[in-house]
Amino acid sequence: MRFLVRRLGFLLVALWAALTVNFFIPRLMPGNPAEAILAQFHGRLNPAALKAIEVALGIGGHQNLLTAYFEYLRNTLTGNFGISFSQGNDTVSSVISKALPWSIGLVGISTILGFLLGTGLGAIAAWRRGGVLDNVLPPTFIIVSAFPYFWVGLLSIWFFSLTLNWFPTLGGYTATANTAFTIVITSVGGWILTMRNNMITVVAEDYVKMARAKGLRPRRILWQYAGRNALLPNLTGFAMSLGFVISGAILVEYVFNYPGVGFLLLQAVNNEDYPLMQALFFLITVAVLVAIFISDIATALLDPRTRNNR
Amino acid sequence: MKRPHLLRLLAAAGRFLRRDKKAMAGSIILFVLLVITAFPSWFTPDDPAAEIYSPGMALSWAHPLGTTSFGQDVFSQLMAGTRQSVMIALVVGFLCTILSVAVGVTAAYSGGLVDDALSLVTDVILVIPTFPLIIVIAAYTKSASFWTIVFVLVVTGWSYGARQLRVQALSLRNRDYLLAARARGEASWYIISVELIPPMTSLIVANFLGAALYAVLAAAGLQFVGLGNVNTESWGTMLYWAQNNEALQAGLPLWALAPGIMIAVLGSALALLNYAFDEVSNPALRPVTTKRRKKAAA
Repeated sequence: MRFLVRRLGFLLVALWAALTVNFFIPRLMPGNPAEAILAQFHGRLNPAALKAIEVALGIGGHQNLLTAYFEYLRNTLTGNFGISFSQGNDTVSSVISKALPWSIGLVGISTILGFLLGTGLGAIAAWRRGGVLDNVLPPTFIIVSAFPYFWVGLLSIWFFSLTLNWFPTLGGYTATANTAFTIVITSVGGWILTMRNNMITVVAEDYVKMARAKGLRPRRILWQYAGRNALLPNLTGFAMSLGFVISGAILVEYVFNYPGVGFLLLQAVNNEDYPLMQALFFLITVAVLVAIFISDIATALLDPRTRNNR
Repeated sequence: MKRPHLLRLLAAAGRFLRRDKKAMAGSIILFVLLVITAFPSWFTPDDPAAEIYSPGMALSWAHPLGTTSFGQDVFSQLMAGTRQSVMIALVVGFLCTILSVAVGVTAAYSGGLVDDALSLVTDVILVIPTFPLIIVIAAYTKSASFWTIVFVLVVTGWSYGARQLRVQALSLRNRDYLLAARARGEASWYIISVELIPPMTSLIVANFLGAALYAVLAAAGLQFVGLGNVNTESWGTMLYWAQNNEALQAGLPLWALAPGIMIAVLGSALALLNYAFDEVSNPALRPVTTKRRKKAAA
C-alpha cells in the first residue's frame, strides 16, 4: 500500500513538473517567445483565437506571472485547452479526440507486437546459447536499433510502395500496416537484447539447474521457469521504452501522413498553433506517465522484491 | 610516471579491440567519420551548397550519388554534413556524461536528503517524454541553431546515465577501501575523484556512447521535420529537403536514403562500441564462440 502511495505521489510530481516546464519554456527562453507570438498574431486572428493562444501560453491580460501560472494549471487540469485555429477553429479537445484512436491503435498494436516478438526471440536466443539465433540477432539488432525510426519508414516506402508496388504510398489500411511494420522493426531490437541478457543471467541460477535435474521438459523450463523471471526487468523497461516508441511514432506518423497524434503535433508546430501544441504535449506526457504507473504496479504485483527496496 | 601509465592504457585498449570484433568495427567506423569531420574539404569535390549541376542526375563518376532537385552534388553534401552530426554526438555525449556523473555520484555519495532530491529530479526527467518536449522547445526558438539543439538534448538526455551511475556508486560506497579512505580523513573531492570514479570508468564510457547515440538520432529527427536550421549542412537537413521535394517519388531515392544510411552508420558504430563495453562490465554477455580470457578485463 505504501508502495502504491509513493508511486502515485511520483506520478503527480512528474506531471506537475512537466506542466510547469511547459508553462515556463515560452516565457523564460531568450527573446521571450510568448510575447513575440502574441505580437505577431495581433490583428491577424479573430479575438477567440487570440484568447486561445493567451490561455495556452498563460499570458492573458495584465496579470502577473503567478496568477497566470495558476490559471494555466486550472485550465489544463479542467481540459480547457481553448480552440485550435489551424484546424478550422474547432476546440482543441475535439481535434485531439479525432486523432487519438489512430495513435493508440498504431502505437498500442505495434508496441505489443514488438514486445511479444522481441521477448520471445530474445529468450530463445539465450536458451540456445551460441546457436544461430544467438549469433545473428544481437549484432543485427544492435545495428538496427541505431537506425532513425523515420528513416526506416522512408526505406520501407521506397522498397514496398515504390519498388515492389505492394502498397499505396499514403493512406488506406496497407499504409497503416507499413507504418506499424516500421515501428515494430525498429523497436523489436531493444526487447531482444534486454530479454536475452536477462535470460543469460537467469539460466545460470540454481533453481533452473534444479528444474533440469528434476528432468522437466526443456520447453517447460524455458518458458515457465527461466522466462517468467527474466521477463520482470523487461516489464519495467516496457514503460520506459513506451516514451521512446511514442517519440519514434511521432516521426513515423509524419513520414506516412498517418492521422495520429504525432502527425498532429508536427502540424501544430508548422502552423504555429500553440494551443494545440501545448495540449498535445500535455496529453502525451500523461499517457506515458500513466503507462509507467501501471507497469510499476504490475511489476510490484508480480515481483515482491521490488515492493520494498524502492 | 605519467607516460608508462598512458602506454599501458593504450596497450589495454589495443588488446580489447583485437579481442572484440564489435568494438573493432565500431572504432574503425568512428575513426573514418572523425577524419571526415576534421577535414571535410578532402572529401568534398564540390561546394555542397552550390546549385550548379543539372537537377536530378543519376549516378555517375562525377556524381557518385547523383544530384538533388536543386542541382547540388549529393555526395559532397553527405561529406559536408558529417561534421554537424558527429559534433552533436560528441558534444552532447560529453556534456551529458559530465552532468550524469556529477548528479549520480553526488547523490550516491551524499545520501540522505540530497540523494532523495537529486533522485527525484533524475526520475522525473527520465519519465517525461523527451522528444515531444524537444519539439515544443525547438518550436518556440524557430530554426534551432547548433547550440540550441545541444542545450535541449543535454537537458533532456542526462538522466538515464545519472540513474545508472548512482546505482553503481551506491554499490561501491560502502566498500572497505572507501571506508578506509574516509577513516584516513581524506577530503570528499579526493575520495570521489580518485577512489570512487575510476572503478566506474567502463559504465561512464558506455553512458557517453549511449548519450551520443541518443543525440544523433534526436537531432536528425528534429532537423528532418524542419526544426533545425534548414540552411546548414547536416544529414538531418538533407533529409528535410529530400522529404520536402518528394525525393522518393521523384525517382531520387539516394538523396533521401544516403543521409539516413550515414546516420545509421554513425549510430551503429556508437551502439556497437556501447555493447562491447557492456560485455566488459558483464562478462556473462560475451559471445560464447570467441575464446575468452580468464583474466577479468579492466
